[in-house]
Amino acid sequence: MKILVCINKTPDTTSKIAFKNNNTAFDDSGVQWIINPYDEWYSLVRAIELKEKDPSIIIHLVTVGSADCDPIIRKAFALGGDEGFRINIDSTDSSFIAAQIADLANKNQYDIVFTGKESIDYNSSAIGGIIAELIDAPYISLATLFELNGNTATITREIEGGEEVAEVSLPLVVSCQKGMAEQRIPNMRGIMAARTKPLNVIEPIAQENFTSIINFELPPAKAGVKLVAADNVAELIRLLHEEAKAF
Amino acid sequence: MSVLIFIEHSEGLIKKSAHEVLTYGAKLAAQLGTTAEGLVLGTVSENLTTLGKYGVTKINQINNESLNTIDSKLYAATIAEAVTLTGASVIIFSHTPTGKSIAARVSAKLKAGLVSGAAALPDTSNGFIVRKSVFSSKAFANISINTDIKVISVNPNSISAVIGNGEATLNQLTINVGSPSIKIIAVNKITGEIPLTEADIVVSGGRGLKGPENWGVLLDLAKALGAATACSRPVGDAHWRPHHEHVGQTGVQVAPNLYIALGISGAIQHLAGVNRSKIMVVINKDPEAPFFKSADYGIVGDLFEIVPQMTAEIKRIKGIA
Repeated sequence: MKILVCINKTPDTTSKIAFKNNNTAFDDSGVQWIINPYDEWYSLVRAIELKEKDPSIIIHLVTVGSADCDPIIRKAFALGGDEGFRINIDSTDSSFIAAQIADLANKNQYDIVFTGKESIDYNSSAIGGIIAELIDAPYISLATLFELNGNTATITREIEGGEEVAEVSLPLVVSCQKGMAEQRIPNMRGIMAARTKPLNVIEPIAQENFTSIINFELPPAKAGVKLVAADNVAELIRLLHEEAKAF
Repeated sequence: MSVLIFIEHSEGLIKKSAHEVLTYGAKLAAQLGTTAEGLVLGTVSENLTTLGKYGVTKINQINNESLNTIDSKLYAATIAEAVTLTGASVIIFSHTPTGKSIAARVSAKLKAGLVSGAAALPDTSNGFIVRKSVFSSKAFANISINTDIKVISVNPNSISAVIGNGEATLNQLTINVGSPSIKIIAVNKITGEIPLTEADIVVSGGRGLKGPENWGVLLDLAKALGAATACSRPVGDAHWRPHHEHVGQTGVQVAPNLYIALGISGAIQHLAGVNRSKIMVVINKDPEAPFFKSADYGIVGDLFEIVPQMTAEIKRIKGIA
């Protein structure tokens, strides 16, 4: 059985968000890059757990981006995974990125493709669904539990106002969120092993960018908090009712 | 080149988020000088022609039992057929758990550019540019869709439903619907609660409440406001409240009109899940709590004294005994 885990490089959650070149590009000076938390904590760790149960499982990692993504793959290797692929091009278009991954998936015929539920930079939650369509596989989004029984997966997913449990035959694509697994810290053995795991750099397939970012904007600065004295609760409620018209 | 709006429903009833996207689609159609139509998959008990009040001229329905299983693969194939039949060039979804997974697949099927999580109506004065929130709501990006067919999923609560007098015609589409690729074996819905992502008002509690036994003050306030209840990550992790109430970067992301945070310090990961809220109110005894920097209104003080007074005052204004 072969599992593909899609990982993405994102700014650390506490990064200051700023833009450069007339607000057309993200300003990455001083930014600490991490593996997108949903990709690392939930997809990758769940894949590793499945391999721990069944050591015959092979885990491949893939990311789409230029050479500055290599440290992210090495970091993921320290947690687990057997072989990595970096598709050598930068893009912010979900369709473009997913098409690159789908091409790899079609070539290598994975049984399971895991993605995070969204990336914490562009927050589109789109990659998994597009890959699934391009490889003609079922897609379960927002999975919180994933169990494997031979060729069938039993997956719990979030729906509005609750959850549902689905049974799906492999191959399939799953987007993962909290509940799937718990965050792990790499151990020394993993860090040593990560250095020698094969990381293949492959060139992108021809594909258009269906969208392009024109520019970025920061939200308007908050006017500042209006503090009300603790002995004047009625005034807070009056402000919420009459000034903010919030209820 | 009409606008086609995917209408979500649950247990036979049209969802509130669908009312919002109907309005969004109708306004966009007016902007483009075209018409807006709705698309309903599966069976609903509401009279669909009344959805004309949101500004759509026609509701297309594919009433097939297979569609009662929400399978993104089957839905994408069916919706793509409907797009061809109706000649739509912009397809609108709600950015809900269901809507966003289907929107992505539909965009791939139609080779259409996708903006997922739109925050406003597109700017069509020069091209087709959609604003969406990025970096966990810490910024916006203006994104140009460069394909002829365009797919947009719209963040809940980013536009208010506008009600007029129109009535829509109902059109049953004949499409050969396949079978679902997944089998649903259980559904657990939380009954009697307002879904967090659809709520206008959210009351949320953190470690400042000190323990699950103290949640009564929060629940009373939520009840008086007709609000959904939420919690911070430590509260969810400690099982004081169910996991599905956890809002923040790794939990549910909400954007209500009013977010009231009780005893939550406002770590950056928490703010990432709530900072699209229109008005934020913070009650915290620590004046240094970072949440006060992002909030609109606040009281520094003991929530156990303040919250019951808030509840009483709200009940007085609303005339609730």
